[in-house]
Amino acid sequence: MKEILLNPQLWSATLAMATPLALPALGGTFSERSGVVNIAMEGIMLIAAFFAVLFAHLTGSAWLGLLGAIVVGMIVAVIFAWAAVTLTADQVILGMAINIFASGFTAYLLNTIFGFSGTPTDTPMLPNINIPVIKNIPFIGQILSGNSVIVYLMIILIFASNYFLFHTNLGLRIRAVGENPEAAETAGINVIKLRYLGVALSGLFSAIGGAYLSIGLLNSFSTDMSSGRGYIALAAMIFGKWTPFGSFGAALLFGFATALSMQLQNSAMSKNIIMMLPYILTVLALVGVGGKSVSPAADGVPYTPKK
Amino acid sequence: MSALLEVNNITKMFPKVRANDGVNLVVEEGEIHAILGENGAGKSTLMNIIYGLYRPDSGELKFNGEVLNLSGPHEAIEKGIGMVHQHFMLIPVLTVAENIVLGAEPGGISYNKKKANELIREISRNYHLEIDPDAKVKDLSVGLQQRVEILKAFYRHAKLLILDEPTAMLTPQETEELFGIMRNLKNQGISIIFISHKLDEVKEISDKVTVMRRGKTVGTLNTKETNEQELANLMVGREVVLRLEKSEYNPGDVVLSVKDLTVSDEQNIEKVKNVSFDIRSGEIFGLAGIDGNGQTELIEALMGLRPIKSGVIKYNNNNIEKLPTRERYKLGISYIPQDRQQEGLIMKFSVADNLILKEYKNSQYSKNGVIQYKRVFENASKKVEEFDIRPTDYNLLAGNLSGGNQQKIILAREVGSNPKLLIAVQPTRGMDVGAIEYIHKRLLQLRDEGSAILLVSLELEEIMSLSDRIGVIHNGVIMDILDGKSATREKIGLLMAGSQIEAKKVEV
Repeated sequence: MKEILLNPQLWSATLAMATPLALPALGGTFSERSGVVNIAMEGIMLIAAFFAVLFAHLTGSAWLGLLGAIVVGMIVAVIFAWAAVTLTADQVILGMAINIFASGFTAYLLNTIFGFSGTPTDTPMLPNINIPVIKNIPFIGQILSGNSVIVYLMIILIFASNYFLFHTNLGLRIRAVGENPEAAETAGINVIKLRYLGVALSGLFSAIGGAYLSIGLLNSFSTDMSSGRGYIALAAMIFGKWTPFGSFGAALLFGFATALSMQLQNSAMSKNIIMMLPYILTVLALVGVGGKSVSPAADGVPYTPKK
Repeated sequence: MSALLEVNNITKMFPKVRANDGVNLVVEEGEIHAILGENGAGKSTLMNIIYGLYRPDSGELKFNGEVLNLSGPHEAIEKGIGMVHQHFMLIPVLTVAENIVLGAEPGGISYNKKKANELIREISRNYHLEIDPDAKVKDLSVGLQQRVEILKAFYRHAKLLILDEPTAMLTPQETEELFGIMRNLKNQGISIIFISHKLDEVKEISDKVTVMRRGKTVGTLNTKETNEQELANLMVGREVVLRLEKSEYNPGDVVLSVKDLTVSDEQNIEKVKNVSFDIRSGEIFGLAGIDGNGQTELIEALMGLRPIKSGVIKYNNNNIEKLPTRERYKLGISYIPQDRQQEGLIMKFSVADNLILKEYKNSQYSKNGVIQYKRVFENASKKVEEFDIRPTDYNLLAGNLSGGNQQKIILAREVGSNPKLLIAVQPTRGMDVGAIEYIHKRLLQLRDEGSAILLVSLELEEIMSLSDRIGVIHNGVIMDILDGKSATREKIGLLMAGSQIEAKKVEV
């Protein structure tokens, strides 16, 4: 066991596995802070993962692949927002519908565009980045350096999100809208606009997470490759009490469990037991072990402005 | 003085209702102008129009001589109109400062906490409204939360302040304090619209009164030149009996006896602490207190809706604290719950069905588990007539009736079964003068027939005019039990606020 824990691979894998959870968890934080429960992040990740590969393959640039994924992901998010915010549809059912659609849609496109052989093997990948100085430090260097560019982007985004949400006027308004939209409206704030913003941001972050799965970790797309990460991200967000740093911490924990189960492939302990860990943690988080998480008061409640 | 706000011939239609029908109002600079009217008279609609939340179908608003075409509250705020809603528009988890500046934050992109706090302190000083900008709103008393709302308006440079039923949630002392603030603001040239249905408050604080009835303004009077009776008649549209005739207090045996009762809430926090009191037949026992001081938990324990922690509840000398609710009903205990739409009625059931919610199982309505509708309808038509439930069609869904008539359904079910003990929680909440008059009459009638009544109300006026004895609850403790005749408003108010010593002084 000690051997495994001292293996830097375990820790860099933790970071790598935490990234596709932390990104949508951050996105979910924005969406839910503005009062919209966005379960569709799972589907948005999947669609983004596909379009990242498609655009990267077509343009020959992984960066354009990422950009394409973001555009498509945000389009889906805005469609979700239109139905959830403007038409005040049930957010959970709507999210489920988008997820089921995403699964079928991407499988269909995969087959129609790329055929049975899957996505081309020459699809470009987003680069890994070596950090000077740090890369030469033993152990630490192997963990912190040489990761995908998305990992570093995520870390920047965590700090930026925290600043945005808790230290800017716009962040204050987003939080107000998620707590009491009526109060926000009487203070002259446009509730609908800010909810669109919250959902669009969740689309943006989920799309980056999805692109990371297909052209960050790999350079291919396979059906249902998001495999529930959008949901686990929601759990991480709740575990992290709807804060960027908290979400990241929870994502690290879940990422660690995944990384550990990968390292234990060949050991006596069943990897399935370890794989259960994130989900057990999720349940514990939801029933309030370690301080009850209090959600934004108007989370998931559609708002209709007065006429 | 010149007119600050002019409302000319405003009309606003909602599906099926003409909420405002040719409304006219003139508010001068530096005056306190009361808007008096029953529930549903259109007061709130009018205020929401002035504040830009609703758009009128026709008519004209003028502010400072300029015609207003408001597309939302932000425009009203810009012009200098501020509003304190009956249900505060505050965000409990945010600080006082964040709540006040929200939507009009000082500075650029980043939230400038220092500047915000500074600005708020300055306004606090100017208007004599002390507040700690860094306190979380959820930690403040209702009175202070209201102060935050008022500050919110002045942060936005309000010249006209609309207060929508501002005293509904306050203790008498807090109300006095608010009136002090209002007079002070008036002296600084602020105009205030004060919405209320409490005649005494309107009489005390306002310079002018505009009375509304059924969506229309029926007249504007100088407060000095009118009296409560005239205002009440204008409001209801007929002669109203303001003071009920109450017969001699003639108590019988003890019906309900509560001893050392302790009850906890869901978080296992003790909400009722060692409470003891008796209620006799032929007596109305009023329980006064500010909302959330253990009344709900006490009543639910009495009705078997909530387990008790310790203590004894005796009904006609038998212990009932372990009996389920249905058994308590069978013994002759009736209950008018606080929330009529959630607990008192099933909104999607007909009036007739709602009338037998408690008795559907009895042999008179049910044969081998099949409901005998002929009997149900007989009962319904009898009750509808006796309790004057309108409309009289008992096949209508309860949800389609007005609040006052919904309450009459509950009254018919609970009072109509001739209970030996009636527990009535806020039986007239949100109802208008006419309906209140009726319900009070029925309660007194029940008392004279020898029932024991526990009346829980947040309206001091109601408690004082009906009760033979008054218990005052504060923080789960009965502070004192007073004689209904000699109890004063001031003393009850002090006890409600938890101040026993101060209350003792008043006695002298």
